[in-house]
Amino acid sequence: MSESWVFVAVFALIALSIPLIGLLMAFALRPKRSGPIKNSTYECGLETIGETWIQFKVQYYLFALVFVLFDVETVFLYPWAVAYNHLPLFALVEMFVFLFILGVGLVYAWRKGALEWV
Amino acid sequence: MTDAWVVLQASGLRESLAGLLSRLPEGAIAPTVELLMAVLKATAIVLVIQLGMLYSTWLERKFIARIQDRVGPNRIGLFGLGVPFADMVKILTKEDITPTAAHRWVYNLGAVLVVPPALLGFAVIAFDRHLIAADLSVGILFFFAVASTSVIPIFMAGWGSRNKYALIGAMRAVAQIVSYEIPQVLSLVGVLLLAGTLGVNELIASQGPLGDGGFPGVWFVFLQPIAFIIFLIATSAEIERTPFDIPDAESEIIAGYHTEYSGIKFGMFYLALYFATIAAAAIGAILFLGGWQPPFAFLAFVPGWAWMTGKTVLLVLVFMWLRGTLPRLRADQLMAFAWKILVPLTLVNLLLTGLIGKLLYAAEQPPLVVFAAFTVSNAVLLGLLLWLIAWWRERDGAPAVRFDAPLAPSGRTA
Repeated sequence: MSESWVFVAVFALIALSIPLIGLLMAFALRPKRSGPIKNSTYECGLETIGETWIQFKVQYYLFALVFVLFDVETVFLYPWAVAYNHLPLFALVEMFVFLFILGVGLVYAWRKGALEWV
Repeated sequence: MTDAWVVLQASGLRESLAGLLSRLPEGAIAPTVELLMAVLKATAIVLVIQLGMLYSTWLERKFIARIQDRVGPNRIGLFGLGVPFADMVKILTKEDITPTAAHRWVYNLGAVLVVPPALLGFAVIAFDRHLIAADLSVGILFFFAVASTSVIPIFMAGWGSRNKYALIGAMRAVAQIVSYEIPQVLSLVGVLLLAGTLGVNELIASQGPLGDGGFPGVWFVFLQPIAFIIFLIATSAEIERTPFDIPDAESEIIAGYHTEYSGIKFGMFYLALYFATIAAAAIGAILFLGGWQPPFAFLAFVPGWAWMTGKTVLLVLVFMWLRGTLPRLRADQLMAFAWKILVPLTLVNLLLTGLIGKLLYAAEQPPLVVFAAFTVSNAVLLGLLLWLIAWWRERDGAPAVRFDAPLAPSGRTA
């Protein structure tokens, strides 16, 4: 098993080298004629107005918060699902309770308008 | 059935490598050989996937052209088969523009880091029973964990560009990817529950005639059809393919988070998109369509890699078909669809699957009863899905679909 993980590490390095090789090849081949107009921000040919890095709509962050809740839930569900066939009937009841509490959480977020895109 | 991987392992490659390295100290030879074998395997996989990626761009153009009543690329080489290579040359020789306003490091790192997450999942894909690079005991979890890190380079690209369209695109992309990740991973729990494993080969072995003879012995798509549909929808949102391409909707925000990228750096995003599409199709084939398993025992003379490739190409074509037929969704509809329809549906599916698994399957009821129970539970889910959609449309004030209404007269006369 440990040699599988060695392979994964090697594969990660090879995967990272793919874009680097591409960038190097393009660096050798491409023309290099830059200019101030060419390097300006691409917004329909007009000068860009105002700062880009501003405070953003809060709705995106609400979705991220609900996401964290459900992602952690999934982390608990995966081992339960894998071991399910060896567990007693009580495991099913326990998971029902767990999912029920989460369901209540989802309904709460829904009612509070966290899932509305305003 | 000749097994390419076994041939490669047994072909004396290890021995000849050890021979080449015989000058090294005694204890260092075996680890170095292992490392070199890993490098060779990884390079082989990357090259095959790269070729597959080039030709899936060709396939997509041809297939969508056919859907839209066009011919598609047909000039370079036979049937335009040379087009992907011409594209590669073009993208390599294009000028690279880095906007002065951009944050150079974040901007460039975004383009580099977007590829590895899409590629790393292939480490655990089983192309055949022995043609799997790393059969990790947590293979499925590894695949989805790695794939989900793709939001980080995407956000780096959008934020680092310092372009308003790019930032909007990146924000949309992050919101969409994290929202659809929930139904995607939850739709698999039913499959994992029945298979009782996270290992890729064990999972495939449990769903076909060449397996361990255990339950279910058929592809999971027959037991979990609704979960399969949810998986397909969530996955095409996850890899941002049309109709879920709001993050880079051309008609609204130019090209979203890769607006500012040109030449090879744009090419990296393109590469990552197709790698992710092939990877998603492959994992879908493994989870729901039985991977290298033939559908019936008498078809076992066809090698496993042919089945796996066929199923993967089939799912890639399904993704392309969706792109060719459906219009883009609206951002609010998209998020509501994930949270209000898909997530509740996956949770109900999980409860029903758990009940059937414990009360019928574990109690060793005959397989026919178990299958009947799954048919009923999926019918319930389908009803719930239709009811949720109808309720949602009514609440949104969209006109109700009337199948019995007469068709509006089209301007065309016969």
